[in-house]
Amino acid sequence: MGYQIDLKKMNAILADLSKTYTIYAPKRFVGDGTFAHIDTIRYGEISDLAEIEFAEKSNYSFKEVLLPISETLFYFTENEMKEADARAKGAIVFLRSCDLHALKRLDTIYLENGAVDSYYKRLRDNTKFILMGCTQSFENCFCVSMGSNQTDDYDAYLKVDGETVLLNSRWEALDDALAGATAKDVVPDFVTENDTVVELPEAVPQALFDAPFWEDYGNRCIACGRCNFVCPTCTCFTMQDLFYTDNGKAGERRRVWASCHVDGYTDMAGGHAFRNDKGQRMRFKVMHKVNDYKRRFGTHMCIGCGRCDDVCPEYISFSNCINKLSALVKEDN
Amino acid sequence: MTIINPYLPFLSEITAVIKHTDIEYTFRMTYQGDVKPGQFFEVSLPKFGEAPISVSGIGDDTVDLTIRKVGKVTDEIFENYVGDHLFLRGPYGNGFDIDNYKGREILLVAGGTGLSPVKGIVDYFSQNPADANGFTLLVGFKSPADVLFKDDFTTWQKNLNVIMTVDTADDGYCGKRGMVTEYIPNIPIKNVSDAVGIVVGPPMMMKCTIAELLKAGFREENLWISQERKMCCGIGKCGHCKIDDTYICLDGPVFNYTKGKFLKD
Ligand SMILES: Cc1cc2nc3c(=O)[nH]c(=O)nc-3n(C[C@H](O)[C@H](O)[C@H](O)COP(=O)(O)OP(=O)(O)OC[C@H]3O[C@@H](n4cnc5c(N)ncnc54)[C@H](O)[C@@H]3O)c2cc1C
Ligand code: SF4
Ligand code: SF4
Ligand code: FES
Repeated sequence: MGYQIDLKKMNAILADLSKTYTIYAPKRFVGDGTFAHIDTIRYGEISDLAEIEFAEKSNYSFKEVLLPISETLFYFTENEMKEADARAKGAIVFLRSCDLHALKRLDTIYLENGAVDSYYKRLRDNTKFILMGCTQSFENCFCVSMGSNQTDDYDAYLKVDGETVLLNSRWEALDDALAGATAKDVVPDFVTENDTVVELPEAVPQALFDAPFWEDYGNRCIACGRCNFVCPTCTCFTMQDLFYTDNGKAGERRRVWASCHVDGYTDMAGGHAFRNDKGQRMRFKVMHKVNDYKRRFGTHMCIGCGRCDDVCPEYISFSNCINKLSALVKEDN
Repeated sequence: MTIINPYLPFLSEITAVIKHTDIEYTFRMTYQGDVKPGQFFEVSLPKFGEAPISVSGIGDDTVDLTIRKVGKVTDEIFENYVGDHLFLRGPYGNGFDIDNYKGREILLVAGGTGLSPVKGIVDYFSQNPADANGFTLLVGFKSPADVLFKDDFTTWQKNLNVIMTVDTADDGYCGKRGMVTEYIPNIPIKNVSDAVGIVVGPPMMMKCTIAELLKAGFREENLWISQERKMCCGIGKCGHCKIDDTYICLDGPVFNYTKGKFLKD
C-alpha cells in the first residue's frame, strides 16, 4: 500500500516501533573519515528521520547489523559453554537498492552454503528492511551494470519530501500504524544510469591468474583490508578466543571480520601461506566477486556499490579492474 | 523453532593417548555417530581456539585424532590433556568413500602426518584384504624418529604390501631411505589404467607424487587427493578455505584429481 503522511506523525510511528525494534540507518559522523577532515557515513541507531543521511552514499554498509564486526558466539568456563543471548529487540534497517541485493548474497553464504548459521538467522528473521530511493547515481556506483539498481524486495519504501513522508508498505504492522494516513501511489526512486559502467568478464580462464596485469596491484595495494570491510558482500570472519583476566578461567569465543587482502588470511601451521603476493590477493577477491561466486550460486557477488573504490587509500579502482580484466579475457579468446 | 547452533562444541572424553613421537600423539575420543576417513573435527579449546584435525581411526564409539604440536591450540592440548576431555564439533568435510576403491588395485601414497586422514582406508583394507584387488601402502617420513603408527605398521604388513621410507637417517638405520617418488616406478601394478592412486601429504610431495603416478600410467580420474587449508569454521562461512568456487571444508578436503588439479589458490 502507498501512503502520504506528515513527517512529525511518521516520526511518532517510528518512536512507537522503536519499542520493539532498534532502528538502524546511515548517519553522518563528523570528522571521522578515512581521509583527514572528512566525515564518515556509517550505520548507527536513529530515533528520528532527520538523523538519516539520505543525500549521500554511506561509506560502510548495513551488513554490521546482521554480521557485527565482532560478535560473541558463546561464553565458557573450563567445562561449560553458554550461547550468547540474541539482541532483545528486532531491527529495522534503512538501506538502498544495491544493499538489498547484497542482503541476498549474505543470505546465500550464511543460510545456504553449508549449515544454517544460527547467529545470522536469529538476527535476520527479526529484521525489517526499509528501502531508501536513489534520485541520482553517486560517484563510483555501477549498480546498473550489476543489475542491482532496482528491487522489489523490501518491507517498506520511505522517502522524505520536505515536511511529508511518502511510503510504500508491505509490512502489516506498518500498514496498521499508517491506518490514518492518506492513500497515495508511491513509486520508489531508482537510478537507471551510472557514470561508471562495467563490462563483466565471461568465464575467466585460469591462465589469466598469472597475467602480468595483476602485478600492478601487487605494487600498489598495501593490504589494509578496507575494501573488504566496506563491502556489503564480503562475509569472511576469523575466530578469536579471549578470557577475562580476573580469574583466567572464564572467557568467550568471538568471530571478527576478516579480510582476504590482509596478511595472515591463509596462514597455516608451519608458517605456510598462500597468495603472499598482494596482486594475487586482488586477483582472489576480484575472481570471488565477478567469477567464482557466480559459478557456484548463479549470480555475481559484487552489487556495484563502488564503496571499495571510494575507500582505497591507494586509489585502486575495482570497476576499472573488472573492465581491464574483461578486455584481457576477450583478447585471450 | 530452535535452530541448531553449529558452532557450539560438545564434550568428548579422552579414552587413550598413543604417543608416536615427542610432538605427535593420537587421542582416542568418545564419539557416537557416522564418520568417514578423511573427514575432520574442529578440536575446540576454550581460551585457545580451534584446530581442524582429521579422523585417523574409527572405533565402535570412538574416533582417533592424531595431533601434531605446532602452535597455540595444539601446544595446550599436549600440555594439559590430562584434563581427560576435549571439546569437538564436526565431523566436517566429504571424506573418502571406500566404496569407490572396493574391488580395485590400490596404491596409497602418504607423506608424514598425511597418513592420518587415510589411515582409516588402510585399516579397512587391512581388515578386509579381499575387498581390494591388491593394496600397496607407500609412506615417507622425514627421519626414523618421525615415524607414526609404528604398531599399526606391524599389523598392516601381514595383509598389505607396505613400503616405508625415510628422507634421511643415521648410518645404522636398516630401513628404506629416499623420497616416496623414487619407489613408485618399481611397484608392481597389474593393470595401471584401472588402478586407484590415493595421495596425501605436504603440497610439494603431493605434486611430485601425482606427476610420478601419471608418468607410470595412472589415469587422472583414478587419482584422489586431500587438501589442507586454513579453516575457521568448517561449514562454508568464514571463507578462509575457499579456492576458486570451491570450499575445501564443504566440497573437500578429498577431491578426485580431475577436479583437484584445477584448484588454484
Ligand atoms: C582438513 C584439515 C585436517 C587437518 N588434520 C590434521 C591432523 O590430523 N593432525 C594435525 O596435527 N594437524 C592437522 N591439520 C592442521 C592443524 O589444523 C593445524 O596444525 C592447527 O590448526 C594448528 O593450530 P595451533 O593453534 O596449534 O597453531 P597456531 O598457533 O595457529 O599456529 C601454528 C603455526 O603456524 C605458524 N604461524 C601462525 N601464525 C603465524 C604468523 N603470524 N607468522 C608466521 N607463522 C605463523 C607457526 O609456524 C605456528 O607454529 C589439519 C588441517 C586441516 C585444514
Ligand atoms: S566489491 Fe566493491 S563495488 Fe562490489 S559490492 Fe563490494 S564494495 Fe561494492
Ligand atoms: S585494494 Fe586498496 S583498500 Fe583494498 S587492501 Fe589494497 S590498499 Fe587496502
Ligand atoms: S572453513 Fe570456513 S569456509 Fe571453509
